[in-house]
Amino acid sequence: MMLSLLIALPLVGALVVAFLPGRPGDALPKWAALAVSLATLAVGAVVGIANADTGKTWAEDHAWIQPIGAHWALAVDGLGVTMVLLTVILVPVVIAASWHDADTRNTRGFFALMLVVEALALAVFCAQDVFLFYLVFEATLIPAYFLIGSFGQGPARTAAAVKFLLYMLAGGLVMLAAVVGLYAFSAREGAASYLISDLGHLTLSTNEERLLFVGFFVAFAIKAPIFPFHTWLPDTTGNATPGTSVLLICVLDKIGTYGMLRFCLELFPGASEWATPVVVTLALISIVYGALLALGQDDLLVLTGLTSLSHFGFIVLGVFVLNDQGVSGATFYMFNHGLATAVLFIAAGYLIKRTGTPLLSRMGGVAKKAPVLAALLLLGGLGTLGLPGLSPFVSEFLVMLGAFRHHWWVGTIAVSGIVLAAAYVLRAYRLAVTGPERESLAGVRDVGVREVAAIAPLVALMLLLGFVPQLALSVINPATGHTVSTSEAGAQK
Amino acid sequence: MTTFHSPHLGYDLIWPLLLVLGAACVGIVVEAFVPRAWRYLTQVLLTLATLGIAFGGTIYVATGLDARGGGAARGSVVAEGAVAVDGPAVFAWGLLLLVAFLGVLLFAERHLDGGVSAFAGQAAALPGTDAERRVGERGLEHTEVYPLLLFAVGGMLLFAAANDLLTLFVALEVLSLPLYLLTGLARRRRLLSQEAAMKYFLLGAFSSGFLLYGIALVYGYAGTVQFGGIADAIANTPGQRGLLLAGIGLLSVGLLFKVGAVPFQAWTPDVYQGAPTPVTAFMAAGTKVAAFVAMLRLFSVALGGERWSWLPVLWAVALLTMVIGAVLAVAQSDVKRMLAYSSIAHTGFVLTGILGAGAALGKDQIGATQAVLFYLVTYGFMTLGAFAVLTLVRDAAGESGEMRGWAGLARRSPLVAGVFSLFLLSLAGLPFTAGFTGKWVVFASAMGGGAWPVVVAAVLTSAMAAFFYIRVIVLMYFSEPAADGPTVAVPSILTSATIAVTAVATVVLGVVPGPVLDLAAHAGDFIR
Repeated sequence: MMLSLLIALPLVGALVVAFLPGRPGDALPKWAALAVSLATLAVGAVVGIANADTGKTWAEDHAWIQPIGAHWALAVDGLGVTMVLLTVILVPVVIAASWHDADTRNTRGFFALMLVVEALALAVFCAQDVFLFYLVFEATLIPAYFLIGSFGQGPARTAAAVKFLLYMLAGGLVMLAAVVGLYAFSAREGAASYLISDLGHLTLSTNEERLLFVGFFVAFAIKAPIFPFHTWLPDTTGNATPGTSVLLICVLDKIGTYGMLRFCLELFPGASEWATPVVVTLALISIVYGALLALGQDDLLVLTGLTSLSHFGFIVLGVFVLNDQGVSGATFYMFNHGLATAVLFIAAGYLIKRTGTPLLSRMGGVAKKAPVLAALLLLGGLGTLGLPGLSPFVSEFLVMLGAFRHHWWVGTIAVSGIVLAAAYVLRAYRLAVTGPERESLAGVRDVGVREVAAIAPLVALMLLLGFVPQLALSVINPATGHTVSTSEAGAQK
Repeated sequence: MTTFHSPHLGYDLIWPLLLVLGAACVGIVVEAFVPRAWRYLTQVLLTLATLGIAFGGTIYVATGLDARGGGAARGSVVAEGAVAVDGPAVFAWGLLLLVAFLGVLLFAERHLDGGVSAFAGQAAALPGTDAERRVGERGLEHTEVYPLLLFAVGGMLLFAAANDLLTLFVALEVLSLPLYLLTGLARRRRLLSQEAAMKYFLLGAFSSGFLLYGIALVYGYAGTVQFGGIADAIANTPGQRGLLLAGIGLLSVGLLFKVGAVPFQAWTPDVYQGAPTPVTAFMAAGTKVAAFVAMLRLFSVALGGERWSWLPVLWAVALLTMVIGAVLAVAQSDVKRMLAYSSIAHTGFVLTGILGAGAALGKDQIGATQAVLFYLVTYGFMTLGAFAVLTLVRDAAGESGEMRGWAGLARRSPLVAGVFSLFLLSLAGLPFTAGFTGKWVVFASAMGGGAWPVVVAAVLTSAMAAFFYIRVIVLMYFSEPAADGPTVAVPSILTSATIAVTAVATVVLGVVPGPVLDLAAHAGDFIR
């Protein structure tokens, strides 16, 4: 029941927040939302700490729609726990950081939607049934769509929301065909079941397996996003609030890479191996292309989104080199990218609130006025570029190891991504923060207690896991080891 | 010497159908003898009571169906082979009666337009004349619409259960003629309404001609009009299929016209837009239910042996219907018209479900009949609900479907915008709504029949279709309200109840579809 509780808590909380009395800007819904998200964090921590490696600790399974073979089946293994923890940590941070983002609008709606996103994301990461996974995966689009379209800050937020939704729906519907296909093959062999554990035993012909793989992969590649499915990303991050972007990029987009690990590798190992050359190439293109785009970008929020394109390239690369280092590095990368990018997005949001423009060419000179803010931005940037001592370094290193083990030229190309990361981070930092002080910054004050307190836990985690990565890897490795061995065994069949 | 056998009609099985037709006749008598002031109340109560009793009777009949032939089919062929009362038939009856019941509630709504119904006060008074103005001043209204609706419902019930080609034809006419009339009876925008009725009638009559010609050809081939006999003839006379194939083609034209499949879809948008919205709601949901069940019965019982001649054609028709419906819907600027095109796209999805007909299935795998029946349930409710909401948004000239006017509706009326969004999301097929489950089920059926290319095309069309549903949501939520936009009228309990029931059904069928899916599976196969 623990996992059901974990999902129900923010969902019920969202309902409560949505129907609280009060006018726009009132503090009550914010405190309520923060309290709910902290309670969820507590439940998530219990789930994470007390979870055994096998993932059986909190497993639950109830028949749901029998004619379809769908179950309400939840469980978390090392991979799931990592994503659940990332989600429950980031949501309170985002709520605290977005405190005043919806003061002039429907405040209750804004925070309620955030809690809905949290509930659905947690359901996605706990689902052990493909049908349930698909339902909640698609359902995340609706709150995300309204968060972008109703509460975005950019001038083109409506168009960005529609573009986001259509991309995701297109991917999701292609996946629907594959999900229905799984049902047809499962029913062919006897009683239909959507449980991942049952689907692992399906016998599929090579062609069937490849078609299903493509259906799943396209949806995940759009979600993740990797080249050439990434074009929704800059519009979305450029127009959403930074808090929404954190939820979208750091939490929801992880569903893409999570799905590749959980479904593509475990259910279609043969097809995954077959697709490796193409996927690795796309990942490498994403790494380099995303970095180059970020290097030339003027809008700080769009830039942060584009750095994620490069990072998702790394994650997908780690997944599809199909060895222990790569896969466990990719999983750890998913967590660290969440932390570092969240710091960067939120600090960028603070900065933009002060300068009044997201454009780097019109910023500059904040360092003297707001030294703490400058330091936060630098920390986020250093995390993003993988500085040793911060946790992203460890995961990037593992992925690189995996890439070199896969093939030396793959590793070589990927290294260029790290060099470019240093370039785009430092360029952005120089333009945004350093330089002579501008007159427009006259009344600007440094970040307040709330703003620092929101980011501080993330920075602390980055440092902690940077020096003691074993804390996370001991949870991740058993699960990814299982994924890799399942995948290898399946591919040899 | 030939002796006369009195025909065995099986009153115990077909009495709900006879009750509806009988009540329709009583309704006409009411029209003639009851004072004007009392007619509205009498007719509404009579109609609702009839539909309620018929619904109860259908459930009673359904529980008493015998198992036949050891297979999955239950029921009996009665009325000397003309009517088959089996699982799918009673399922369709139940659904049709529910749809009709909710439809009557919409018909009877008088709060929205200042105390009169959505129907013309006196159809014979020409639009724009003094006569019409006088009718308006006296507050007259047509209460014949209720018996007309009952006749249409009777035709639909018979259509879904017709077991020979002649009954099929008669049922088609019985259901169509009242609908032609109802289409022309709008109180507002009467010329548009009458034009729609004219188009519907001419094209409908034309397609009936095709159907009749097809019946003649199939009779020429098989020597019988009964579905079972046709199936035997196909099994026993190999070769010489010219007559049969031509007959199947012409029959298909007639049936595909009724469901609004491409290339026979041209009437749909005009008729849906011109007809009074309660009629559109009832017609869109009801006709499709009846016609698809009739089509499934014809194709699987009579023409099942000839599967490989009609299946490829249906593949193409399903594909074209989805694509053309979705593409044209994108270009619409009127909500009602957009819903009409979307109903064409949905016809394509149901046809996708039919593609699984006759496939070899695993244990408990979802088959074509189950898939189509379930889809019709979801489609019936969400369509009815969407059109019902449409009646609420009004300006000085009546209902306002102009998309521009819907801008910012969420700010003026969050509840209406929220409910309409629910129906739109369901029509688009997003998770946790009925539309998603329905889509899933028809796709599963088509996959089972090996039609995965059509499924892939269908999901891509769904993505395109999502665009125009979402566009309305964008308008309602993200746009600034238009200064002279329409207002949202406050309905009476009748429309509110309809909207509430359909909205709840839309959510329930999305979250816990299991019981209804089981019910559709329990309906089993068609009997011969």
